[in-house]
Amino acid sequence: MIPISWYLILAAALFSIGLFGVLARKNAVAILLGVELMLNAVNINLVTFWRYNAPETVTGQVFAIIVFAVAAAEVAVGLALIISIYRNRNTIVADDLDMMKW
Amino acid sequence: MKILFLIFAAITLGSAFMVVTTKKMVHAAFWLIATLFGVAALYALLNAGFIAMVQIVVYVGAIAILFIFAVMLTRKDLRDNAKPLNKNWTWAAIFAVLSFGGLFSLLRQWPGFSQAGAPEMAAGVDMVTELGTALVSPDAYILPFEVASVLLLAALIGAVYVANEAKNK
Amino acid sequence: MATENIIWLLPLPPLLAFVLIILFTNKNNKLSHIVGVSAAGLSWLGAMIVFFRSLGVEHFGEHPFVSSIKWLPLGDEWLEIGVRIDPLSSAVLFFVGITIFMIFLYSVGYHNFGQPEGDHDKKGLPPHGATVEEHGHKHVVPSIEPMYARFFAFIGLFATGMYTLVISDNLLTLFVGWEIMGLCSYLLIGFWFAKESARNAGIKAFMTTRIGDVFMLLGLAYLYTATGSLQYEVIFSEEVLHRLASAPSFWGLSAAGAIGLLLFIGAVGKSAQWPLHVWLPDAMEGPTPVSAMIHAATMVSAGVYMVIRIFPLFSAGWDGHSSLTPTMSIIAFIGAFTALFAATIAVAQNDVKGVLAYSTISQLGYMMAAIGIGAYVAAAFHLVTHAFFKALLFLGSGSVIHGMEHGVLHTGDHSVDPQDMRNMGGLYKKMPVTFWTFLIGGFALSGFPLVTAGFWSKDEIFADAFAHGHTTVFIVLALAAFLTAFYTMRQITMTFLGEARTPEAEHASENKWTMTAPLVVLSVFALGYGWVGIPEEFPVLGGLLPNWFHDFVGHTLANPLPAPEFSWVPLLTSLTVALGGLAVGYLTYRNFKSADALDPMRKLLGPVYHFIENKYYFDQAYDYLFVKPAYWISSVFTEKMDKGVIDGILHGFGKVAYFIGFNVRDKFDTPVINRFIGDGSAEVVQKFGQWVRKAQTGRIQQYMVSALGVLFLIFIALYYLVLA
Repeated sequence: MIPISWYLILAAALFSIGLFGVLARKNAVAILLGVELMLNAVNINLVTFWRYNAPETVTGQVFAIIVFAVAAAEVAVGLALIISIYRNRNTIVADDLDMMKW
Repeated sequence: MKILFLIFAAITLGSAFMVVTTKKMVHAAFWLIATLFGVAALYALLNAGFIAMVQIVVYVGAIAILFIFAVMLTRKDLRDNAKPLNKNWTWAAIFAVLSFGGLFSLLRQWPGFSQAGAPEMAAGVDMVTELGTALVSPDAYILPFEVASVLLLAALIGAVYVANEAKNK
Repeated sequence: MATENIIWLLPLPPLLAFVLIILFTNKNNKLSHIVGVSAAGLSWLGAMIVFFRSLGVEHFGEHPFVSSIKWLPLGDEWLEIGVRIDPLSSAVLFFVGITIFMIFLYSVGYHNFGQPEGDHDKKGLPPHGATVEEHGHKHVVPSIEPMYARFFAFIGLFATGMYTLVISDNLLTLFVGWEIMGLCSYLLIGFWFAKESARNAGIKAFMTTRIGDVFMLLGLAYLYTATGSLQYEVIFSEEVLHRLASAPSFWGLSAAGAIGLLLFIGAVGKSAQWPLHVWLPDAMEGPTPVSAMIHAATMVSAGVYMVIRIFPLFSAGWDGHSSLTPTMSIIAFIGAFTALFAATIAVAQNDVKGVLAYSTISQLGYMMAAIGIGAYVAAAFHLVTHAFFKALLFLGSGSVIHGMEHGVLHTGDHSVDPQDMRNMGGLYKKMPVTFWTFLIGGFALSGFPLVTAGFWSKDEIFADAFAHGHTTVFIVLALAAFLTAFYTMRQITMTFLGEARTPEAEHASENKWTMTAPLVVLSVFALGYGWVGIPEEFPVLGGLLPNWFHDFVGHTLANPLPAPEFSWVPLLTSLTVALGGLAVGYLTYRNFKSADALDPMRKLLGPVYHFIENKYYFDQAYDYLFVKPAYWISSVFTEKMDKGVIDGILHGFGKVAYFIGFNVRDKFDTPVINRFIGDGSAEVVQKFGQWVRKAQTGRIQQYMVSALGVLFLIFIALYYLVLA
């Protein structure tokens, strides 16, 4: 009923929006929000392909669950880092964090 | 079914767009929650009910809350009146569009792209039991499962350490 | 030894003395004067041998001692130079030998050999005395001349020049000796080179004689072109003389006359005749032996000798009596004029050597006048006698000055000029030998009758002038003779007679034998030499002794001239002027009592005295007419030509080079090479680096954007090139 292409396009669009968010937001937390969006897009892709190509197995779902775990871990550590940086430098504007240069 | 899909897609994409463009961070977090709900709905449409539930519980219940905490803890003042986007948002937009276009064109070349409908699911299969068995069965996915738990442990320790260290200074 | 060889060797000892002293014995005074005096003695010995041998030759005039060598090849012919002693040069050799030897000996004493070195004597200044301790108290004695050895070297060279001139058989080597003496006169007049007056006097002497020498050289060139030779044998031969006499030349003169005139001008310079007389009084700056040497014995005599030598040349065409050739007239005129002119100046001179200087000019004028009127033998006679008594007088004046300096050192008053006659007086008591010899010399100069040589030679000139009818010359010379006697007696009276007018004169003393012995020797000749030339027709004395001089020297000429007829007029004139002049001089000056008293002549002559005292302002006139324009021309050339143009060009080059350099540096090197290429490349790299550095912002999002961009590019490239 729903062509696979719709889901795939949706995932692609969500991924692009997330990419935009990562690249274009000032706030460091907002960057992580973008990363979340991208991970969600990946998940949608995984589940779509599971459903449309191999619904009798559970591989797709397992993969998605593992991705969840990874995403959660990543968010935790990322936010901890952001809080640490905020304490150190009193800013979370990504542009102000420019130490990775000469 | 298609209409449901379209509604949920619109919610998802619209919320996602708001996430990346709103000025106020708390709003961004809330829009994220909306996006995550939309994604969960899509999971449900794909007959992946368990995934949908896990999405809501983990993402919305934990990660989004975590985001809100982080936003709260990193506010210099209670107002965000700076512009939300940085200097090279145009390039970011271009690349976002390009990446979407690229993905789209790549996908189009895949012959399975034009598959019309989802195949029938087997009846009488308990998805959750299957999933659970797969996760802990030695000849299935016990290893990734354990590794994922180790990862979560590491993340836990790391987060505590990083946040702690900052406090002790 | 053959006479010719001796003759060749005559100039050699003094030359060797010059070389030895300059190179080797310079520091040792005793050795230097031994070398010098023995060299003069050797040459004298040689000269005496030659002279006495020449006496023994029959008809010496026709058989002179000759010897020549081929010297310079000229195509097919040779330029020969050689020696020739004929009667004239033999007689000249006699007095040259003796006077030079006496002067050398005299110099030993004059320059205070044996005395201590002076307190503050410097080379280039006359010695000023040394303080010695004697019996507990100090007094100042004369000190030795600091440049003692150098003096002997110079007078040695001078003697060489004179001998060369006398023995030469051609005008070329005569000119060589002439020029050597010119050089030495410059060196010796300027001997005390630290005195500016001495330096200037040396230059003046050289310059003035040079003017004469230029004309002489022209004459030599003319002669050589006309005849092809400069040897006496050739140019005085009948055919050559005849040819030259008939060939016309400029200003109506014949070639012979023109050549004679040009050569005579050389003698005008060398023998200080008017108008080139100005150097001789200034030459008194030199030490007195030099004055004696130059102005009596040798240099000025050389001029007269040369004129006498070339007598055949300018007298070619003379009829033997009163109508002289034009050249002879000119010579006679200049000679007579100079004689009177210089005698008038001598009357007003106060320096003892100055009187003698003008006296020399005057006597040379006599000789020139004599040869001008054709009195060949008389001129030669006067040349020889004058050499003796003038040398005697100069050496005597040197002795006087030496004695006066002794007095100056004794009193210590250096403002008193020991050479000023007004400061002298009464020296006949203090310096007897000097007095008597000076008296003899002075009487000889005045022409004191019978006993002095000067009487006989002057009388001969008068006789010749009168006998051949040259009355103007006769009267002028007679006036000059009167003045000569007058100023001579003036000099003797002021210097020796009366009482000492200053304490310095009181303390004057006689000098050593090295100075007084030459005076005595010369006075013998000043007295006796006249007796070899007593004319045959002289009353009483004539005929007792043959007129040896006339016979001997007269035969130098191919056609000897007859002796003048005797006449009482010239004899009485000469007696009157001589005795009269002496008497008037004594009477006028015997009352000259104090050093500051005015000269009696001043009152008598009035304004004319000033004119005479300043030598008719000739020095000033020459300075204005010649010296200042010469300086002006040279300054123009120096400033405008050399400094302006040539230095200007060089400065211009410098400026151009500087300009080019400056511009290359500022317009090209600095902006292009330094800034554009050098600094520019560095700056480009730096700017590029700074521009590129901006990519590293440290902001992750920008890094990710660039990473994505590159990724896309790679992806597209990969897709289209590889996969599609």
